[in-house]
Amino acid sequence: MKKQCMVVLVENNAGVLARVASLFVQRGFNIHSLTVSPTHDERISRITIMTNGDEKTFTQIMRQTGKLVETKLIFSVEPTFSLIHEILLIKFAAEERHNEKLKGLISIYGAKVVDKTDRCMTVELTDTPQRLDGFIEDTQKFHVIEMCRSGAIAMERGDVTYDV
Amino acid sequence: MKLNGSEILVKVLLEQGVDTVFGYPGGAVLNIYDALYKHSDEITHYMTAHEQGAAHAADGYARATGKTGVVIATSGPGATNLVTGIATAYMDSVPMVAITGNVPNVLIGCDSFQEVYIAGITMPITKHNFVVRKVEELADTVRRAFEIAGSGRPGPVLIDIPKDVTAAVTDYEPKDAVVPTRTKEIKGDVKEIAELINRSERPCIYFGGGVKLSGAADELRELIERADIPAAHTIMAAGVLGYGEKNNLGMMGMHGYYSANAAVSRADVLIAIGTRFSDRVALNPDKFAPNASIVHIDIDPSEIGKNVTADYSIVGDVKAVLTEMLQYVKPAKHEAWHEHIDHWKTEDYKPEDSDTVIKPHYLVEKACEMAGEDAIYVTDVGQHQMWAAQYLHHTESKNFLTSGGLGTMGYGYGASIGASIARPGTRVVHFTGDGSFHMNMNELCTAVSYNVPVISIIFNNSVLGMVHQWQEVFYEGRFASSEPERVTNYKAVAEGFGGKGYHCETPAEFEAAMAEALKHDGPVWIECVVDRKEKVLPMIPGGKTVNDTIFN
Repeated sequence: MKKQCMVVLVENNAGVLARVASLFVQRGFNIHSLTVSPTHDERISRITIMTNGDEKTFTQIMRQTGKLVETKLIFSVEPTFSLIHEILLIKFAAEERHNEKLKGLISIYGAKVVDKTDRCMTVELTDTPQRLDGFIEDTQKFHVIEMCRSGAIAMERGDVTYDV
Repeated sequence: MKLNGSEILVKVLLEQGVDTVFGYPGGAVLNIYDALYKHSDEITHYMTAHEQGAAHAADGYARATGKTGVVIATSGPGATNLVTGIATAYMDSVPMVAITGNVPNVLIGCDSFQEVYIAGITMPITKHNFVVRKVEELADTVRRAFEIAGSGRPGPVLIDIPKDVTAAVTDYEPKDAVVPTRTKEIKGDVKEIAELINRSERPCIYFGGGVKLSGAADELRELIERADIPAAHTIMAAGVLGYGEKNNLGMMGMHGYYSANAAVSRADVLIAIGTRFSDRVALNPDKFAPNASIVHIDIDPSEIGKNVTADYSIVGDVKAVLTEMLQYVKPAKHEAWHEHIDHWKTEDYKPEDSDTVIKPHYLVEKACEMAGEDAIYVTDVGQHQMWAAQYLHHTESKNFLTSGGLGTMGYGYGASIGASIARPGTRVVHFTGDGSFHMNMNELCTAVSYNVPVISIIFNNSVLGMVHQWQEVFYEGRFASSEPERVTNYKAVAEGFGGKGYHCETPAEFEAAMAEALKHDGPVWIECVVDRKEKVLPMIPGGKTVNDTIFN
């Protein structure tokens, strides 16, 4: 099923995230990832949700979420016209610290080593979800001891802006 | 003007024109009740036996008037007891403001006595809810709650107020009542739909509660008369068109008229107005109106394409949409189409009469004949509800109160009391079953306390009729937990509460009891013995189509 991205600008109130999350669970919509962040306007929070489902389901999700009283604006984000970024942190075991193949991958993907001790090495990659998926797949053969990734944040390219 | 939170709450209720509230006191709302006591000449508070009854009463009050109903309950169990009533209102788009007390701010989150997170509990069953943490936010929050409850597609809003907020003092500035906003914007090509209607040979309208909420009965009537379109309705729209009115096909769906369902399934254009293709109407969404171009008109954009995919859609207030559409709809005659429908009408289910035993259709028709077509009729949920929907001839959509969406057994008595209090000059008849009535019959004490003249007609077939019917048809007669063998003496119970009761086994006994009940100024129960083998017919099983209609 296709992964799709939506952005919801909501009133920055206590409980607003619970309301959005509750709606998704109640109606059986899938949340692949979710981020909430403040915006330049302190009254508004920005929720970015990656979800998967067919077109009909996605339309339903958008309409139901758009109906919430605290939703100010909702729009879908197309990867072609937008920046959709996630952060990956991945920790490799000590023996990989000097692995040339891994170093090569880190360089190709534009990732960076953000922490190094005697026992491990932590790499960060900020890029599109697809590039993160690629890096994770390519580094599977190395000894990974921990991994986490953020939800996506998204913004349209160019001078398109959304104000409420 | 400096006032405490409770005073402010009451002042804002008065601002909104509220003169009637339903509820039940308790620790967390003592301050609020103290303020209500001081303003008892301006607001009448009706205390019920149970908070659920109060919520249903506020719902009945709202449905019978179109105004926003108000219910108050204390924290913890008081709040949770409202839940079924709030969900009932939510599913049927009823404007309601539910006010709950909560423990003081400092005790929130400590699992304090009678603390519950009611805002979390009611999130999926309210249009919106608020927790008022500061007294400064109280007045505007209450105003906003009324605005949300009544605007667009109406619904319940809950306001949770910690006890310290009801005592804290702040400035209060009076404001005018909020006016619920009516959606003016119309999204969609109305002219295109009108042209589709003008071109159609077998048009059919399927309309729901949105027509009632929008007050668009006249526009609908104009449309179906001018373009000669037969129209079927859901249970939520019963009474929008008069019974026997030309082109009114009556109720459709699981227990609707065969002819209405047949017309919908053979139409070439189906115009769905203010309705949501629920699973009790579009029993099989993939085979619903299979020959038609489906047009969906609704105020709520999320209803479009939710259950059934529409070929055309218009989002907007039904009244505004129909008004605009009428500019383009041309007069038409569809005689061949009506001949088909008239033929299907000859195949409609017709119940058998009896002089000796009380038949369900007789009971509904006789009660309606005796109480009048302008009385308010309220139901609980189950077989009697469907019989009422099938055989009542009430003349106003605000005069039929039933839990259509949630299907809440126990809804009827509280709702009847609320409706009767809202419209004291109008007779209220409550149809109930022995199953539903056992859930909230205790509200008789409320009806007696306030001398509310509701006539409850109990269809006593000694079983849970609808469950029993399904078990007979689909479970080979294995009547699990549907034959409770209760021996309740309704007349004695009614009298025990201080009301009046009758026991009837024949049509003659019922007519005598009903005649006396109509003369009596106070609550009456009329228990009518009905054969447990009586079924609600016709019936289309869930997931099936009109071709699978069961007639016996």
